[in-house]
Amino acid sequence: MKRIYVNEEYCIGCRLCEVYCLTQHSRSKKIIKAFKEETPRALARLVVEEEGPLSFAMPCRHCEDAPCVAACITGAMHRDERGAVLCDEERCVGCWTCIMVCPFGAVQRSIAGRKAASKCDLCYGEHTPVCVMHCPNEALVYEERT
Amino acid sequence: MSLNLLASEFQVVRDDTRCIACQVCVRQCANDVHAYDAESDVVYSDETRCVGCHRCATLCPTRALTIRLALHEFRPNANWTPAALYNLYKQSQTGGVLLSGMGCDQPYPVYFDHLLLNASQVTNPSIDPLREPMELRTVIGRRPGRVEVTQGPEGLRLETRLGPHLVLETPILFSAMSYGSISYNACLSLARAAKECGILYNTGEGGLHPTLYEYGPWTIAQVASGRFGVHPEYLRTAAALEIKIGQGAKPGIGGHLPGEKVTADVSRTRMIPEGTDALSPAPHHDIYSIEDLRQLIYALKEATNYEKPVGVKVAAVHHIAPIASGIARAGADYIAIDGLRGGTGAAPTVIRNHVGIPIELAIAAVDQRLREEGIRHQVSLIAGGSIRSSADVVKAIALGADAVYIATAALVAMGCHLCQKCYTGKCNWGIATQDPYLTKRLNPNIGVRRLANLIRAWSLEIKEMLGGMGLNAIESLRGNRDHLRGVGLNEVELNALGIQAAGAA
Repeated sequence: MKRIYVNEEYCIGCRLCEVYCLTQHSRSKKIIKAFKEETPRALARLVVEEEGPLSFAMPCRHCEDAPCVAACITGAMHRDERGAVLCDEERCVGCWTCIMVCPFGAVQRSIAGRKAASKCDLCYGEHTPVCVMHCPNEALVYEERT
Repeated sequence: MSLNLLASEFQVVRDDTRCIACQVCVRQCANDVHAYDAESDVVYSDETRCVGCHRCATLCPTRALTIRLALHEFRPNANWTPAALYNLYKQSQTGGVLLSGMGCDQPYPVYFDHLLLNASQVTNPSIDPLREPMELRTVIGRRPGRVEVTQGPEGLRLETRLGPHLVLETPILFSAMSYGSISYNACLSLARAAKECGILYNTGEGGLHPTLYEYGPWTIAQVASGRFGVHPEYLRTAAALEIKIGQGAKPGIGGHLPGEKVTADVSRTRMIPEGTDALSPAPHHDIYSIEDLRQLIYALKEATNYEKPVGVKVAAVHHIAPIASGIARAGADYIAIDGLRGGTGAAPTVIRNHVGIPIELAIAAVDQRLREEGIRHQVSLIAGGSIRSSADVVKAIALGADAVYIATAALVAMGCHLCQKCYTGKCNWGIATQDPYLTKRLNPNIGVRRLANLIRAWSLEIKEMLGGMGLNAIESLRGNRDHLRGVGLNEVELNALGIQAAGAA
């Protein structure tokens, strides 16, 4: 399946991926409104990690052998027909086991109540995830790798 | 500390109804213009440090930023301009030579903008380059005065030994920019783009990074007064060698790469200690005459087994025609002339703005002189120094150049916004810097694509212009000044350019 990969040597740490991810997962999907009017503010589902000049965006890897899916006590964390790992928020009870088992720290608590899994959904319905589309230096790519 | 008399050059206008305090501008500005105040959740800007590079405004996701010229207005004075006053304030504060990057930005006449091209109407047909073949291939190097052939049993045999040549798919080369003055990613972009387009790039005085040796067939290796990075392998790898005598931005003076830009990698490539200033002397200390130049030309030819063209690059200055004649007679295979507006990573502002002559006049004078002396065929002429568009390429060739060198245009293609602060090493576009936080901003894959696009687009436009003139080969345009007419030029200028005024029969 196509996944989001990062070429960290070209990640410039601008965090535009976070800005556009947040916008995409806001209610209005409008950038200024998402930031200035919507409360609580939506969450970006990927985080840019930085140390010194090295930086890279860290979205969910949609692992083949996903620990979060195996660990989920209700079956909320599941794999869809594309192979993407998604969280069914209806079934999530907020036990946060997925957060603990994710080796990449790619799952976060959602902003609404106790529900857990706010994570990358590969921008379901979009041709290309918005973080990839708006990465100004093509550090993020969306492609099939073997 | 006494009062700083300098005011900010730019205004940073932030539209608060659009700013989402995402801090992209904060992270992108190497000059620390923008700062985020977490307590108030607001981004503030201190424009005193803004250089007008537009990095923040270009990356701002809500287009909340506009960079404007600061509007401090002095009492109007046509003589003491604001620029003159600020230079005096700066100089009296620092006591140093004022530096600038890029080429001369003063309002001297741009002769390219006073030249117009011809097109065919009725009496000779124009050619559609989309339907008919159009030759842009250009050969750089010495041509024989006559060709001797003998009749052998298998047909004609060429007796004349042809000199080493460079073959370009289009009459454009990337001009000298050293590793050190520009980043590794910028060098790599130029090298890969040159390979992709079938043209050449030039190492400048920075030596050749080991990973760029594979682009040798598309590389011109420069030998300048500091001899940085020159060793046998360097000479053997390149397709051609170039002795740099002068540069259009700073004729008559040497180079200065500040120690901050001499990182471990740059120091290895240049073969100088890390962190030391790389100072190129003003003259080559072994060249004090045309005869000395001839010695170096032949030393390089000898070192490379007479297999590579050796060129000489000079700045366009007074008496450029006899200088070029001397260079041709010294045995150079090509002469590169860099005009008044040629760029640089660092030059004293006063030199950049006041020394040299425009490239248009230099091409015309040199081509004319070499023709008159009957040695034009012995040497190719590459013109540089602010070639801004394909029209400038066509005009330069019609004036007599064989090909053109572009550097500023190539940098602009890679993102340069001509803020002229290359010498600070804080290039926000990741080009003229060695700072690891900044160099990664230029993704060479994007750089190559944009450079190749530029060369492709210019080549298409050149073909269209040639076709319009009824020519089907760039060779037919070379020195063909009948295809040029001058507008708004006086008699002296028209004569210097060797063209007629627009409207002439």
